[in-house]
Amino acid sequence: MIAGTGVGPVEGYGARRTWRGRLAGLRRLDWPLFVAVLALSVVGALLVRSATFHLLAEQGKDPESMLKRHVLNLLIGFLLGGIVTVLDYRLLRAYVPILYGVACVGLLAVLTPLGSTINGSHSWIVLGGGFQVQPSEFAKVGLVVLLAMILGEPRDGEIGPGRRDVLLALVLAGVPGVLIMLQPDLGTTLVFIAVVLGMLAISGAQKRWLAGLVGGGALAGAAVWFFGLLKDYQVDRFIAFLHPEADPRGAGYNAQQARIAVGSGGVLGKGLFNGEQTGGHFVPEQQTDFIFTVAGEELGFVGAAVIVVLLGVVLWRGLRIATQAADLFGTLVATGVVCWLGFQAFENIGMTIGIMPITGLPLPFISYGGSATFANMIAFGLLQAVHVRRHAFD
Amino acid sequence: MNPRTHFRLVVLYVLVGALLLVLVGRMWTLQVLEGEHYREIAAQNRTRDIVVPAVRGMILDDRGRPLVRNRSALVVSVDRTTLSRLDDGGEAVLKRLAGVLGTTYDDISKRIRLCSPTVKRPCWPGSPYQPIPVDDHVDPKRALQIMERQEDFPGVTAQIQAVRDYPEPEGASAAQVLGYLQPVTQDELDKRKGLKVTGYSGVDLVGRAGLEAQYDRALRGEPGYRRVLVDSQGRVTGTAEEQQPTSGSNLVTSIDAGVQGAAEKALKHAIDNARKGGKPADAGAAVVMDVRTGHMVAMASYPTYDPAIWTGGISQEKYDALLGKKNGEPLISRVTQGQFAPGSTFKISSVAAAVKDGASLKGIYPCPGSYNVGNRAFSNAGGTGYGPMTLHTALVKSCDTVFYRFAYLEWKADGGMHPKKNPSDPMVKMARQYGFGKKTGIDLPSESAGRIPDREWKRNYWEATKAANCKGAKEGYPEVAKTDPARAAYLKAVATENCTEGYVWRPGDAANFSVGQGNVLVTPLQLARAYAALANGGKLLTPRLGVAIVRPDGTVVQRIQPPPAEKLPVDQKVLKYIRNALAQVPKEGTAAGAFGGFDFKRVDVGGKTGTAEVYGKQDTSWFASFGPVKNPRFAVVVMVSQGGFGASTAAPAVREIWEAMYGTKDRKPILKDGKLPSELPRMPGQGAAP
Repeated sequence: MIAGTGVGPVEGYGARRTWRGRLAGLRRLDWPLFVAVLALSVVGALLVRSATFHLLAEQGKDPESMLKRHVLNLLIGFLLGGIVTVLDYRLLRAYVPILYGVACVGLLAVLTPLGSTINGSHSWIVLGGGFQVQPSEFAKVGLVVLLAMILGEPRDGEIGPGRRDVLLALVLAGVPGVLIMLQPDLGTTLVFIAVVLGMLAISGAQKRWLAGLVGGGALAGAAVWFFGLLKDYQVDRFIAFLHPEADPRGAGYNAQQARIAVGSGGVLGKGLFNGEQTGGHFVPEQQTDFIFTVAGEELGFVGAAVIVVLLGVVLWRGLRIATQAADLFGTLVATGVVCWLGFQAFENIGMTIGIMPITGLPLPFISYGGSATFANMIAFGLLQAVHVRRHAFD
Repeated sequence: MNPRTHFRLVVLYVLVGALLLVLVGRMWTLQVLEGEHYREIAAQNRTRDIVVPAVRGMILDDRGRPLVRNRSALVVSVDRTTLSRLDDGGEAVLKRLAGVLGTTYDDISKRIRLCSPTVKRPCWPGSPYQPIPVDDHVDPKRALQIMERQEDFPGVTAQIQAVRDYPEPEGASAAQVLGYLQPVTQDELDKRKGLKVTGYSGVDLVGRAGLEAQYDRALRGEPGYRRVLVDSQGRVTGTAEEQQPTSGSNLVTSIDAGVQGAAEKALKHAIDNARKGGKPADAGAAVVMDVRTGHMVAMASYPTYDPAIWTGGISQEKYDALLGKKNGEPLISRVTQGQFAPGSTFKISSVAAAVKDGASLKGIYPCPGSYNVGNRAFSNAGGTGYGPMTLHTALVKSCDTVFYRFAYLEWKADGGMHPKKNPSDPMVKMARQYGFGKKTGIDLPSESAGRIPDREWKRNYWEATKAANCKGAKEGYPEVAKTDPARAAYLKAVATENCTEGYVWRPGDAANFSVGQGNVLVTPLQLARAYAALANGGKLLTPRLGVAIVRPDGTVVQRIQPPPAEKLPVDQKVLKYIRNALAQVPKEGTAAGAFGGFDFKRVDVGGKTGTAEVYGKQDTSWFASFGPVKNPRFAVVVMVSQGGFGASTAAPAVREIWEAMYGTKDRKPILKDGKLPSELPRMPGQGAAP
C-alpha cells in the first residue's frame, strides 16, 4: 500500500524536530480547509447512515455497522492526513519512484486473478478479513506527486517544463492511466486526464501542448466511440445520459432514479433519515457513488447547496494554497489535488442531477469507502503540508 | 511565481467557480423549479397498480343452465420482464420451476416465448409485458412451494384465477356457438382505454369467436385495481388505494341445452349412419329456430371439439388440429359459415316465385322424366316421370322437371339469349327475398353470405375466369387428351363456350337455379330462417342467440332486441298451400320412409328433402322442416355434407330432433307442450372451487 510506504520516513524525519516546533507548524494549518473537510466528513457520515440503516435492518444486521466502519475509515483517514501534513512534502520527491512503482504494481495486480469485481467495476484487491483496497484511489495521489516532481523543476531561464519533461510526464502518467482504463474505470481515467491537463497548464507548459492534448484527446474519444472500444454498458450509460427516459428499467434506471430522488427533495428536503426514495432503496449504490441523492432528497436544495459550498471552500483553499506555495513543486501538488477533487466532485454531483454521464466515482469526503477516504485525506494532508511550509524557504 | 502560472491559476479559480455555479444552478431547476414534478414521479415510483381481474360473465341457456362458467384454478404465471433482468435470463429459475411443476425446462421456455410468424405454438400470443400462464392445473401443494420460496422464483407467481369451464348441460357442447378466449395482443391493449398493465393474466383474455367475441364487452366486466406501496425490489409494503372489480354480466341465450344436446346427438347419429352407408359425411349442421321470435334454440356443427382445450395455452399440435383441413376444421360453424347447394329444399322459394309469376295454384303441370331446356335434357332424379300433377304433388314428390319448365319459360320470357333490358328473373328475386345470398345478421361473428348466382354474378365470374377459359379454348387439354380424348374434347368445347359467351345467363343456369343446384349456395342458418318465414306467415326474422344481459344478482341490463323482421312478399294463401304440401312430405312424400311410425298427432311436422349434387363429391343431404303445421313454433334443418340422399341421412336426424323436443310414447319431451320458457331464468352461482 502506498500509504504504508510513507510511514517509515515520517518517523525518521520527525525525530530531528522538537515537539514544540511541530505544534508551531500545526498553528499554521489552513483552518477553513480543515473545518470544511471536517464538516463534509460529518455530513457524509450521516448520509452514509441514512443510505444504509434501512437495508441493514431489513437484512437483520446491525443497522449502524456501515456507519461504524465509515467513522473508523474517517479516523484512519484523518490520521493519515495528519501524518502527511507534518511531513516535509519536498522529501516526497525522493520516494516518488517507490510510490509510483507500488501504484503501478497495485494496478497491475487488479488485472490479475488477485483483482476482484465489486459493483460492476474490476478495481479491487480483496485482502481478506473483510478488507479490500482499490489501488486506483491511491494512484491518484501517486500521479499528483509524480507530475509535480517532473513538471516542478524547469531548467534555468525557462518558465515552464521543457519538451522532454512534458513527454516524460505524459508517458509516466500514461502507464497507470492505461492500467486503469483496462479495469475498466472510466471515471478515474477522466480524473487522471483532468489532473494531467490542470497540472500541465499551471506548470507553465507551452499552450501548444495543452491544445495538442485537448485536440488529441477529443480525436481519441471520437475514435473510441466510433470503433466501439467502449464496453456495452458504458455506451448504454452514455445513451442513458442523453436520453434517461429511453430505458427507465435498464441503463437509464440509475440516472432516472437519482434525478427523481434529488428532485423530490424540493427546497428543504424530507428531513435527515426520512427520505422515501432512499428508504425504499430506489437508487442503487447510494452510500457510495450516489450518496449525493440522499443529500438531495433528505436535505433538499438548501442542504445540497451547503455541501457544494463546503466543497467549494475546499477547492478555494486548495487554489489559495497553490498560489501561496513556497515553490512550484508545492503549487503543482496543490493544483493537482484541486483538479482531482474538483473534477471528481463535479462529475459525481453532475451525474446525479443529470448533467454528466454516469461513471463510478465517489464524492470526496462524503461517500462511503475506505480507499477513497484514505486517498482523499492524504490529498487533504498534502494541501495542509504545502500550506504549513509556504514561508519555509522565504 | 512566474506570471504565466499565476495567470493560469486565476483561470483555474474562475473555472472551478463556474463549475460549482453550474451545479447549484442545475440543483435549483431540479429541486426548486421542478421539485413538484419530481415529487409526483416519486409517489408513482413507490406505488404499483395491481389489477384485480373481473370475473367474466357466464353464458347461460334459456333456463339458466351455464353453457360456459368459471372455475377457480391455481395458475402459475411467469413474468418475462423480471426473468430477462436476471443474469442467466431466468434459466435457473425456469429449471427450478419445471422441477416443481413436473415438466421440462424446454417445455416452459417454449410456452413463454412470444408467438410470431416463425415461432409456432406452444408460444405466447399475448402482450410480452404481462405474466404468462404456464400451468393452470397446479395442485395447491406445489403452488405453495412457489409462493413460499419467492426468492428462488423471482418473476414466478401462483395465483387463484378464474378460468373458463364448460359444464355441457344435457350433453350440449355448442362449441362453435360459444367460441373461445385468447390472450389480448399488445395492439389491442394499447387501444383499450384505462388500465393497461395488469398483474393477472386472466383479465387479459379476449373473445376470439362465437358469443365470447360477439358479447365480449358485456361478459368482460371492469377490472378493479389495488394501488400498493412498494420498495425498489417490488416488495409490497402497504395498500394505498383500492377499487373493487365489477364482474362481467351473464349472457342469457335462447339456446336450450336440452334441444342443443339432442341436436348434437342427432347430427352425430346422422353422420355415423351415413358413414356406415359408405358416405364420407365429412361435415354437418343441425339448426333449431323459434319461428315466432327468430331465437336460435339449437345450433350444432360437425366436426366439433372440446372448447376446454383453449384454457391455459394450447399446443401447436392441438392448434393445428383445430385449424387443419385434415380434421375437418372443427372451429368453423357449419351452421353459419358452411355454404352448400340447398337442392330441392330451395323449392319453397321457386314455387312461390312461379306462382307470383302467374302459375296457378290450381293448375296442373307436366312432370316428365326429362325436360329439354334449350338444347339440353334435364332429368328428374332417376329419370322417373310422374305425369301431370298439381304444384302440391310436385313438392311432395319433389318433381324437378316441373321447376325446370317454369325456369325455362321465365328465362325465355326475359328474352332468352338476348335478354331484355330489365329481366324479371322472378326466381332470383324471390330467393333474395327469402334471405338467401346475404348474411342473416345473427349475433355471431364471421357469418357467411351464401351465394345467389344471378346475371351480374355470372358476368363477374366470367370476367374472373375468362383468361383460363380462353386458354383452354385455344390450346385444348393435351394432358387430358393423352388418357381420355373424348373428355378433352368436351372440356375444350365447354371452355370455348365459356370464353366467348360465358357471361350469358343461359337456360341451364335458370333451370339449375330453380332446384337449388348449380352455383346456388346457402348456409343451414339461412335455410332455417327461410323455413321459419314460410312457417310464421312471411316474417323474415333476424336470427338471435342473445336474449338478455343480466347482472349476476339478477338485474337485467339489457334485453336484446333483434332488428325488425322483413316481410316476405308472398300471399298467405300461397304460404299456406306450400305448408300443406310440405306437411305431406313426411307422411307420403320423399321423407315418408324416414318418418315411418312418427307420431304426427303429437307434433305435425312438415318438411322438404334436398339432395344436392356437388361436382366431384357425394351429394349434400338436407332436410328442412317446420312444425306444428297448423300452429308453427319451430323450424328444424339438418344438413350433412357428402351424406347422400336427404331422405336417408338428414331426414332421420330431423325426426330425432322433433321426437326429442316433443317426446314419443317411450320418451319424455324436452319441451313441455312444445313451449320454451317465456321468463328470464334465475342466475346460477359460479362453478365450484378446485
